[in-house]
Amino acid sequence: MATRAPDRLAAVPPGKPVRPRRRVRRHLVHQLDVKGSPYAYVAPFFLLFSAFGLFPLAYTAWVSLHEWVLLSDEQTFVGLDNFRTLLADDYFWNATFNTLSIGVLSTVPQLLLAIWLAHLLNRPLRAQTFFRVTLLLPNVTSVVAVVVIFSQLFGRDFGMINWMLSWFGVGAVPWNEGVASSHVAISIMIMWRWTGYNALIFLAAMQAVPRELYEAATIDGAGEFTQLRRITIPMIKPTIVFVVITSTIGAMQVLAEPLLFGVYTLTGGVDRQYQTLALFIYENFIKLDLGYASAISWMMFIFIVVIAGINYLITRRSRGGLL
Amino acid sequence: MTGMTANRAKARPARRGAPGAPRRLIYLSLTAVAFFSAIPLYYSVVVASRDNAALAEVPPPLVPGGNFFANVARVFDTVPFGLALANSVLVSGSIALSVMFFSTLAGFAFAKLRFRGRNALLLLTVATMMVPTQLGIIPLYMLMVKLEWTGTMYALIVPAMVSAFGVFFMTQYLSRALPTELLEAGRVDGCTTWGLFWHVVVPVARPAAAVLGMLTFMSAWNDYFWPLVVLTPENPTVQVALSTLAAGYVNDYVLGLTGTALGTLPLVIVFGLLGKQIIGGIMQGAVKG
Repeated sequence: MATRAPDRLAAVPPGKPVRPRRRVRRHLVHQLDVKGSPYAYVAPFFLLFSAFGLFPLAYTAWVSLHEWVLLSDEQTFVGLDNFRTLLADDYFWNATFNTLSIGVLSTVPQLLLAIWLAHLLNRPLRAQTFFRVTLLLPNVTSVVAVVVIFSQLFGRDFGMINWMLSWFGVGAVPWNEGVASSHVAISIMIMWRWTGYNALIFLAAMQAVPRELYEAATIDGAGEFTQLRRITIPMIKPTIVFVVITSTIGAMQVLAEPLLFGVYTLTGGVDRQYQTLALFIYENFIKLDLGYASAISWMMFIFIVVIAGINYLITRRSRGGLL
Repeated sequence: MTGMTANRAKARPARRGAPGAPRRLIYLSLTAVAFFSAIPLYYSVVVASRDNAALAEVPPPLVPGGNFFANVARVFDTVPFGLALANSVLVSGSIALSVMFFSTLAGFAFAKLRFRGRNALLLLTVATMMVPTQLGIIPLYMLMVKLEWTGTMYALIVPAMVSAFGVFFMTQYLSRALPTELLEAGRVDGCTTWGLFWHVVVPVARPAAAVLGMLTFMSAWNDYFWPLVVLTPENPTVQVALSTLAAGYVNDYVLGLTGTALGTLPLVIVFGLLGKQIIGGIMQGAVKG
């Protein structure tokens, strides 16, 4: 301390009396560098996202108010006509029902299973890494591969699943034909692909829960299930809310599975039994009816906001967990 | 940094708490899950190495046969699969590099630089993760028509050059892993902010950026809908070529599943080699501060 003070005193005076112009300019450049460069560094993200993410989404609203065909240059403003037609369109409500049904069938069991798997993995285990890597394996598999493989597994005559069901005396199920059976098949594909991924996210959150809580609960005689319900789930609630919302958004936009399961038919099965909203948009897009397709997109956006909002309130409100 | 955390994790006692559920049951469940995760891929390899007649057998064949290379040749004859592989490598590679660069840059600014509106902008970034951008696909397509990018790889690369997840991921990592003293020392030595980025931030960010790059590469490789909309079957990516196979040759399961195996196995091998790091990365990114 004592030795330092003189140094500092000695260092200050020479710089103070004269301030050459060069130094002023360097000071300005330095100020600009410190104040300005952070904005320059975050700008690429916001610029590109605005151009290719936000602008198209907003522009969809404008297109939805027009009679708009891609190849012609004429676009007639029709106000809310597209929406009026849409609300009276049975195919739209059918697609809405299918989307919700597949959404519930795939998301609810998936998240419960993911929490349970994460809970199983949240302890010292042998071959820890092996189990975690295999959990993510389905997510690495491309969606085209998943549906091609599962369509084969769900085949009516030569599929492996019907072959296994026949051991229990179940007759050949035409998975592709019925409403319920096709929804179950598609939901299983979605679940297969995403359960492990969500389990890893839950696991990451669970590892941040203080160990002492479990030790204290064990001393108090709380069992495994009680600990999961009373400690783990309340402690990782922010993560649960996050996963529920992202899964909801994902489930509302399901497209590849029904498209490929119907071997590329845009109607989602002969009787539209599994045409989702996203597939309905795509069908109209291919017909080049862009105004109508955009109107469906906006209805879907509204659905997403409403359902994600409801799920947010439910998951946040529920005390002591989801069970 | 990462090494230290890993060691600490290993140092934890091997057993803790009451032995609750019987451990044998836990291992049994986890093995069953691993089995079901692997079986579809295994099955596609089995089918890819046989012929269509074998599929009609009851019970279905359970081990690979000897037809794999003949089937691979058929895939290459049916669709431009070589071109598709080259396109996919180009697209996924460019996207991964670009996302790594821009995310590290923005992550550095959000984690360590002081500027007005920083928290608001970071919150906005996180909020954009919730926006279903897929819904804007029609105007995006119109934009690509205007730019005359339809059918080219620009249409895939440019819109995917940044990612909100990437920015958030690198912000999280750098705010923990990058010591502020190191930056101050760099400043004292006369570094500009850009100099700090190259000489101090990039070396520290490298492990997390590598994980981000691999995750981005994989999801770009598997991206399906947008390439399908904007590309043509003549100049496809792997996923578009696969979808041509699956759609055009409905009854030729062997062809479809051989393509599937060919398009997926490279990724699975990379994943098998680097899976541990990738999972470590996901777990790190997922912990919200």
